[in-house]
Amino acid sequence: MSGFETVIGLEVHVQLNLRSKLFSPSPVGFGGEPNSRVSVVELGLPGVLPVVNEKAIEVAVRAAIALDAEVQHETKFDRKNYFYADLPKGFQTSQFDKPFCRGGRVPLGDGRYGALNRIHLEEDAGKNMHADAGSTVDLNRAGVTLCEIVGEPDLHTPEDAAAFLENLKQILQYSGVSDCDMEKGSLRCDANVSLRPQGSTELGDKVEIKNLNSFKMVQRALEYEERRQAATLSAGGKIVQETRLWNDEKGETASMRSKEDAHDYRYFPEPDLPPLFIEQSFVDEIRRTLPELPDARRARYASDFGLPEYDIGVLTADHALGEYFEAVTAQGGNAKEAANWVMTEVQRALNETHTKIADFSIAPDRLGELIAAQGLGKVSRQAAKKVFNHMLETGDDAATAIRELGLEQISDTGALEAIVQQVVDANPKPVEDYRAGKQKALHALKGLCMRETKGKANPAVVEELLLKLLG
Amino acid sequence: MSDAPPITSRSATELATAIRDGGLRAAEVTDAFLARIASHDTGLGSFIEVWGDAALAEAEAVDAARARGDALGPLGGVPVAIKDNYVRRGFRTGCASKILDGFVSPYTSTAVARLEAAGAILLGRTNMDEFAMGSSTEHSIHGATKNPFDPARTCGGSSGGSAAAVAARFAPLALGSDTGGSVRQPAAFCGVSGLKPTYGRISRFGLVSFASSLDTVSPFGRTVADTALALAVLAGMDRNDSTSLADPAEDYTAGLDGSLDGMRVGVPAEYFGDGLDPVVEEHVRAAIAQLSELGATTVPIELPHTRYAVPTYYLICTSEASSNLSRYDGVRFGHRAGGDQDLDTMYSRTRAEGFGSEVKLRILLGTFCLSSGYYDAYYLKASKVRTLIREDFERAFTQCDVLAAPTSPFPAFDLGSKTDDPLAMYLSDVLTVAPSLAGVPAISVPCGATTDGLPIGMQLIGPALGEAKLLHAAHAFEQSTGHHLVEPCFGKATS
Repeated sequence: MSGFETVIGLEVHVQLNLRSKLFSPSPVGFGGEPNSRVSVVELGLPGVLPVVNEKAIEVAVRAAIALDAEVQHETKFDRKNYFYADLPKGFQTSQFDKPFCRGGRVPLGDGRYGALNRIHLEEDAGKNMHADAGSTVDLNRAGVTLCEIVGEPDLHTPEDAAAFLENLKQILQYSGVSDCDMEKGSLRCDANVSLRPQGSTELGDKVEIKNLNSFKMVQRALEYEERRQAATLSAGGKIVQETRLWNDEKGETASMRSKEDAHDYRYFPEPDLPPLFIEQSFVDEIRRTLPELPDARRARYASDFGLPEYDIGVLTADHALGEYFEAVTAQGGNAKEAANWVMTEVQRALNETHTKIADFSIAPDRLGELIAAQGLGKVSRQAAKKVFNHMLETGDDAATAIRELGLEQISDTGALEAIVQQVVDANPKPVEDYRAGKQKALHALKGLCMRETKGKANPAVVEELLLKLLG
Repeated sequence: MSDAPPITSRSATELATAIRDGGLRAAEVTDAFLARIASHDTGLGSFIEVWGDAALAEAEAVDAARARGDALGPLGGVPVAIKDNYVRRGFRTGCASKILDGFVSPYTSTAVARLEAAGAILLGRTNMDEFAMGSSTEHSIHGATKNPFDPARTCGGSSGGSAAAVAARFAPLALGSDTGGSVRQPAAFCGVSGLKPTYGRISRFGLVSFASSLDTVSPFGRTVADTALALAVLAGMDRNDSTSLADPAEDYTAGLDGSLDGMRVGVPAEYFGDGLDPVVEEHVRAAIAQLSELGATTVPIELPHTRYAVPTYYLICTSEASSNLSRYDGVRFGHRAGGDQDLDTMYSRTRAEGFGSEVKLRILLGTFCLSSGYYDAYYLKASKVRTLIREDFERAFTQCDVLAAPTSPFPAFDLGSKTDDPLAMYLSDVLTVAPSLAGVPAISVPCGATTDGLPIGMQLIGPALGEAKLLHAAHAFEQSTGHHLVEPCFGKATS
C-alpha cells in the first residue's frame, strides 16, 4: 500500500483433540443428534460445578511448547459474562488476566516468525439454529475445549498472514494438539487489521474481520481491507473501529457492529475453580514426549530420503500425508518413487473421491508393496497404474490385483527370446532401418514385442534381447 | 403409655439408636413426623412440599433391610428436611422462586446422596428466602415462614424453613445452606443448633449456587451431637466439587465428651459493640462465663477488620450471584415469559417475572460491582479486604482455640419490620458474615431466651477444619445448660 504500512494481528481458536469436554466427562464429536453429547454440566442446570479435564491441560501445554511459548506456573479461570441462547450458564469460562501461556512464535516459512502474545483455554459455546417454526439450540459443542492463540500485531502483508496460519496449522497438527479442520470448525480465525503511515510506530485504528472460513478467505479479506482503509485514509477519512464480516461472494467486508456496541463482559475469577498450578516437571515430561515438528521432519526428509525441496514441501504440508508417505517407503521401495506415487496418483485419487488421506482406501503398506514389485521388475510402470486403479476399486492387495489383471511382467529371457526372434523375423523393414543407423526403428521393434506380450514384457529385457539379435 | 418421650421430641442420635436396636420401626418414626407436619405446619409454613409417600416407602425399605439383617447406616431411618436449594433426582427444586417453576432435577446433589446413603428419610423441602438471599425467610413466593416461638416474628433466614422445622419437631435434622449466616442466624432465632462448616468441608455439588466462594452445606439439629452426626455423614472430598477439601473427614461424634480444661476461648471485642441488644449481650456473656466454669480460660481478642465485613460480604456475594443467576434465562428450564418475542425481550420478561425484588436488587448490585471501570474499586478491593479479614482470624487462632460471640445482634424481629429496608436487613448479618468471608467453621447454639421467650444464640467460631474442637466446646456448653431443651409453645400439646 503506497504510503501506508499494514499491521495485522490474528486471533485463532483451535479445538483441542480430546475425547471429553473441558469441564465435564461428556464426549466430544462432530455432527450427530442435537443435544446427544450433553450432561447436566453443559446444560448449566442449577447446582452443577465444573471440574477441569486434566488431559486438556496436558494438550494445551503441548501446544505451548510446540509454539515456543512460556507455560505459566500459576494460572486461573475467569468468567466472561454475557447472555446468549447458546451459552447455557450465561457466562463462558475462559482465562482473562492469567492465561496458562504467554509469548511464543509461529514460523512464516522463510526464517521469519510471527510473534504470539498469549494462549489461553476456554470452553466453546453451543449452536443456535433458526427455522421458520422458531429457534433451537444444540449444546453438543458447548463445553468443548478451545485454545485461543492471540498473535501480536506484527504481520505486515496478507501473504504473511496466510503463511502464519499455514505454519500454525502444521505445528498444531504435528503436535497432535488439534486437527485444525476449518470445515468442522476446529480452527477459526479472526483478523485485526489497521494501517499506519510508513515509518510510524503507532498503531492506527483497527478493524476486526470475522467470518473467515479458509486461509484463502483470510488473505483475500485482508487484501480488500488494505485497499479499503488506504482509500479511506488517502481521502482524509477516519477508520471506524468496528467488527466487519467478510462476504466471500461479493469479495468485500461489511460493518457488523461498532465498538460502542461492544459488551462489558464483567470478567471476574471463576469462584468454582481454585487457581491451577502447573509443575515444571509436568511441562518437562510433555516436552520430552513432544512429537516431531514440521521443521524437523523437513530436515529429515532431505537427509534420510534425499528428496527434492518441492517434494518435501508437498509431503510435509499435511502431517497425515507425510505419515502415509513414510509408511509407503517402509515397504522397502525407492523413496523418490514413493514420493512420486503419493504426490501424483494418491493425490489424484483423493481429489477425485473427495477423501482425506486418513480415510484413503489403499493402505500405505499395500501401495508400498506395489512400488516394491515395480522396483523388482515384477510389474511395469504402465501396468502398475492399472494395478493401482484396480486396488482402488476392489480393495485387493497389490499381489492379488497383479495376478487378477494378469499383469505379471515377463522378465524371463528364455520366454521372451522366442517372441523377440519372431518379431525380428516378421519385420525385416525396421530391422534393416536399424542396421542402417536409424535408432527410432529399435523403438518400433520394441513396441511390437510389447504388443505381442500384451504389455507384460519387461521393456529392459526386450531391448537387451533385440540388441543382441540385431547386433 | 410408657414414660418414653414422644418420637418427635427425640434426637436424631436417639432415633437412630432405637431403630438400629429394634425399639422403633423407621416407618413409625416417619409416620410420627409426617403426622405432626400435617397437623401443625399450616400455621408455620416451614415446608414447601412434603414427600410423604416417598418418605414412607424409604422408611419401609429401611425396616425391610433391618429385617434382612443388613447393617443400617448412621442415619438409618432418621427423617431429615431439606432446604429448597438442593437438587434430588426426580424431585422438584425451586429455591422459593418463580423462575424455577416446574423444574425437576435429573441428578442428585452430593449432600442429599450422602444422606440417602446413610439411610436418612427425606421428608420434603423447606421454605427459604429466594435463592438464599435474605435473613428472614420472607422473600419467598410461598410466603413467610413464622417463628415457632412467636408466629408474629420471623424465623430468620435464609434457611428459616429448615430451622423452624427442627424447632417445631417436624424433623430431628434438617439441611440448610449458610453463605453469610443463613443457618446460624435462623438457628439462633429458633433455638436450635446450626453448624456452618469450613468452606469446602462438604461438597456443594447440587446445592444451587448463590455465592460460590461463600456457600456452605450446613446442617441443623436440636442438639450439638445431632449436628455432629449430620456433619460426619456429609463431610468429605467430592470429585464433582473442585473446591471441596481433600482432608479426610473425621468422626465428629467421637470427641464430643470431656471437659474444656485448657481450652482458650477468645472473646472478640468487636462483636460486642454498638447495636447489640443488651439482653443478647447479657445471655452471651453468661454463656462465656459458663464455658469458664467448664474449665476454659477466656482471652480478649481483636478482629480489627470486622467493621468492613458487611460491605465486603455484600460486594462479593452480589457479584458472584449476578453471574450465578444468569443461567435462569427461560431457555432450558423453569419459567419462560409467554408470547412471540425476540431473544432479548424473552430474557428480560422472563427474568422480570421470575425473580423477586430482593434477587433483582442483588443482581443489579453485583452487575454494577463487576462492571468495567468499577471492578477495581468494588470487587477487587473487597477481595483484598477479605484477605485481611481472613488474616484477622488466623492471628486470633494463634491466641485461642475458639471464639465466642453472639450469633445475631438481636432476637427474632417482627415479620415485615425490615422487608422495606434492605440495609437494615443486611446489617443484621454483621456478626455472621466475617467467618463466612474467612471460610472458617462456626456454630450457633441456644444460650437463653428473652423474657418473652424468644431464643438467643451464641456463636462459637473455630479455625479452618477445627470442627471437632468447635463441636466439643458447643456440646460441653449445651450439656451443662438446658437451653436446647426448651420447646416452642407452638403445638406443645400434641406429639
